[in-house]
Amino acid sequence: MSCAVGLKRVSVSYYHHVALSDVSLSFHKGDFVGVIGPNGAGKTTLLTIINGLGRVRAGEVEILGQKAGCGRFRRLRQRIGYVPQNINVDPRAPVNCREAVMMGRLGRIGVLRSVTAGDSQVVDRMMKLTGIMHLSDRPVGQISGGERQKVALARALAQEPDVLLLDEPTTNLDPLAVDEMKRLVVRAYREFELTVVMVTHQLEHLPEACNKVVMMKHGRIVASGTREEMLVPEKLGSLFADA
Amino acid sequence: MPDLLNSALFWRQVAAAVLGGAACGTVGVWVIMMRIPFVGVAMSHAAFAGAVYGLLLGVNPLLAAAAACVIASVLIGPLAERADVPPNVSIGIIFSLVLGLAFLGIGLMTGARTKAFSYIWGNILVVSSQDVLVMALMTAVVLGFLLLFFKETRAVLFDREVARAVGIPERALFFAMLILCGLTVTANLNTIGGLLIFSLIVNPPSAAYQLTYRLSTMFLLSACFGVGSCLVGLLVSYLTDAPSGAVIIIASSVCFGLALAFSPKRRRARLQIT
Repeated sequence: MSCAVGLKRVSVSYYHHVALSDVSLSFHKGDFVGVIGPNGAGKTTLLTIINGLGRVRAGEVEILGQKAGCGRFRRLRQRIGYVPQNINVDPRAPVNCREAVMMGRLGRIGVLRSVTAGDSQVVDRMMKLTGIMHLSDRPVGQISGGERQKVALARALAQEPDVLLLDEPTTNLDPLAVDEMKRLVVRAYREFELTVVMVTHQLEHLPEACNKVVMMKHGRIVASGTREEMLVPEKLGSLFADA
Repeated sequence: MPDLLNSALFWRQVAAAVLGGAACGTVGVWVIMMRIPFVGVAMSHAAFAGAVYGLLLGVNPLLAAAAACVIASVLIGPLAERADVPPNVSIGIIFSLVLGLAFLGIGLMTGARTKAFSYIWGNILVVSSQDVLVMALMTAVVLGFLLLFFKETRAVLFDREVARAVGIPERALFFAMLILCGLTVTANLNTIGGLLIFSLIVNPPSAAYQLTYRLSTMFLLSACFGVGSCLVGLLVSYLTDAPSGAVIIIASSVCFGLALAFSPKRRRARLQIT
């Protein structure tokens, strides 16, 4: 299997705070990776390094067979869908749900080029898949948290990505919405043959399809392996102890 | 009245009102949507400082003001990113720096400083053909940029992180919007003035924001409110001899007050609460 994401001795720091320290890992194409750990473990930073939003202080990053360099990363980013943590949107913001999903196409469309019928079809398809077609004209600031996460997922899928990054996509959702979000993520993972990296600190929110688990704490990887190897009481206990 | 309609100066004033209002209303939407309203103050003072040093050094004041605005724009963005400070903080730092430089320049001037102070207040009633030409050029550039990059700027205005994540050249667009904002301020320095232009950048888009959920409509409304405020200012100034700049600002503020009072968004919010 070929490598979708590879990090070699990567360190990231903000001022005096070390967010990632000497992190090395690799995910293969088609992996569904769950990254778990307590708050402040460096999980979100890991995702921002994979999609090039964060700045690497030391080490090497290789995504989809290309070494991450400043010049090429924007093009590479078009192949990486990113669902950030539930962002606050002003209820009066003049952007509706369809426009928000269409934003996912913009990198692929390119500047100075018009939206084609094909782009609109992709957006429609992803909105139908995530069940938000009826919200098309609703201002994105006036929908529920669960619906907003679906919009973010539809936007990321509209990129037609190879890699999908999910940052706590189920946080602050009610149990029904959590199940719905997990179902949609798994469906997208299978239907589009994606490589998925999903960050969470709630273990029950990791779907069954997750075949690899990485445990992080204090900016380091403390363990990684298959779901069965990792999700055992001893390992989980030490991960969340003194967090 | 027939004399007035035959006067070239009158039509220059009307043209300046339309062009200035449209350009400020348009860049104002960027400023309000990015939540950096004070960029207008920083830019206007940078332009003022540039004009003062232009006068001091014998360089065309408008060119010097444009250069100062571009430098300020280029500093605000990278300063915010590299120093990892919020954009409003970097704007505050640049504002205080250019204000200090402007007053230093005024202090270094010998003789009358009337010309320098005219860049603070501006005067649409004495607008020249050259002023109108510069304003027309700047308005065309701003509207052209908006039309060419509308879909990308919508993403940047919605969420910069999302725009970057989907592969849009977000930084380049953000800096371009800042620079165009600065150049618009410069183009309107003679007519509206560095101090008063701030409200023309903030009030019309803030009023438009209250009235629509469509970004394209917001741009249109904001430009119309900007143009309307300038024309009202011009008209009242003719009728009552009141200072045009002050009336323009009051008109744009009244416009915002009315939009807030009759905002369908506020009505909807009240309905949701009850």
